[in-house]
Amino acid sequence: MRYSALSLAWNALTGHRGWRPAWRDADPKDEYDIVIVGGGGHGLATAYYLAKEHGLRRVAVLEKSWIGSGNVGRNTTIVRSNYLLPENIRFYEFSMKLWERLEQDLNYNAMVSQRGVLNLYHSDAQRDAFARRGNAMRLGGVDAELLDREAVRRLYPFLDFDHARFPIQGGLLQRRGGTVRHDAVAWGYARGASDRGVDIVQNCEVTGIIVEGGRAAGVETTRGRIRAKKIGLAVAGNTSRLGEMAGLRLPIESHVLQAFVTEAVKPLIDGVITFGAGHFYVSQSDKGGLVFGGDLDGYGSYAARGNLPTVEDVCEGGMALMPMIGRLRILRSWGGIVDMSMDGSPIIDRTPVDGLYLNGGWCYGGFKATPASGWCFAHLLAKGEPHPAAAGFRLDRFATGHLLDEKGQGATPNLH
Amino acid sequence: MRIACPYCGERDAHEFTVRGEARAGTLESDPGREFARVYERANPAGPTREFWYHGAGCRSWLVVERDTRSHAILSVAYAKASQ
Repeated sequence: MRYSALSLAWNALTGHRGWRPAWRDADPKDEYDIVIVGGGGHGLATAYYLAKEHGLRRVAVLEKSWIGSGNVGRNTTIVRSNYLLPENIRFYEFSMKLWERLEQDLNYNAMVSQRGVLNLYHSDAQRDAFARRGNAMRLGGVDAELLDREAVRRLYPFLDFDHARFPIQGGLLQRRGGTVRHDAVAWGYARGASDRGVDIVQNCEVTGIIVEGGRAAGVETTRGRIRAKKIGLAVAGNTSRLGEMAGLRLPIESHVLQAFVTEAVKPLIDGVITFGAGHFYVSQSDKGGLVFGGDLDGYGSYAARGNLPTVEDVCEGGMALMPMIGRLRILRSWGGIVDMSMDGSPIIDRTPVDGLYLNGGWCYGGFKATPASGWCFAHLLAKGEPHPAAAGFRLDRFATGHLLDEKGQGATPNLH
Repeated sequence: MRIACPYCGERDAHEFTVRGEARAGTLESDPGREFARVYERANPAGPTREFWYHGAGCRSWLVVERDTRSHAILSVAYAKASQ
């Protein structure tokens, strides 16, 4: 399905009965060259780039529910590349560049909005840390500006600058960061992949991984056995469960991350703001609702819902930053299950089982990585060797000591 | 979520800090096994045993058995007793 001003006008005049599905809801075949498990943003992006960049057509994406029903439709839509470590800067900046031309590439409106991401600092020590991070970003070719208090005040005069405990001293601004409409990312990649011959199979849950002679040979699903030469897992949140089917024990813990939307208000926040003293971040959707979130609940979970103490904690962070939101009512809150890795950075690598490839460990930042994750995972699946932008995201880095621990927290997944 | 501390009785989970999967605290001499102890997790979707610390209460270390699919608490015991 393609869209144009003409098709819009025609359908408006004919009762919107002419719209057709944007992608093919395929039935599974018996065999594929590559099977991607997980029809979220990363899985669909992987399939799209496998078809487009590597010319592979015998590819299927298996989704246990409907595509985009998981974290790609549950996140707070922020994209940014404000990292400290060279491996992460390289990868996330690659992702940011792909975001910048995503809509032209897909010919799909994903509402990419580079409205700026501002990280506030509240102490001298935090300013020094942000200056260091900003310098690292600029050395890596990423835009970064260190703002003082008055510059932040010009952007957002309504913040509580003189909070007794956490006065705002300034912020680190990445102007190219912003938000993207997350559902459209899933749909755009799905259409692009489907048009190029990829089978998107919904309501097809993988229940087992077939390993023959130490080599992955296919998957058992609720819609029958599907054989494949290569299998790629893109099931963040459930990576350990899928890994276990192939006998793997992984450096990952599943956690619940909550997010919230308020009732719609007039335009208030035109960028993304993060509170540096607690864990609270907020942006405003085009519909007017404030979209915000904070910390993990902190305990391992597959429940896809969080508890009230975290809700209270996040809202307290919001109140400390911008007290006037206290009278807004929260319309919705939800929890998504994320893969927390042991160093806070992702994994895109081969596994000890031949033919089985892993894309996971995205912690709470998987959405911004979607295009680069798909690009690099497709490269790994097609060529059998890592893409240079993701070469640091090895599975064996925990054993060899080449950790990518942005915050230096160690093997404490709930603190990254 | 409420946790029945064996010393204090049933308390709000907010009083506790979770430390993750209940694993042996002793170092392994074999590097491979030590790597597995530090970095690898079973991460089950279902009942799991975790260390919780009752910091705002009796300051006991506890082993809490909990279902990760429902957050239901299945059992609570002193960590010392379960070693």
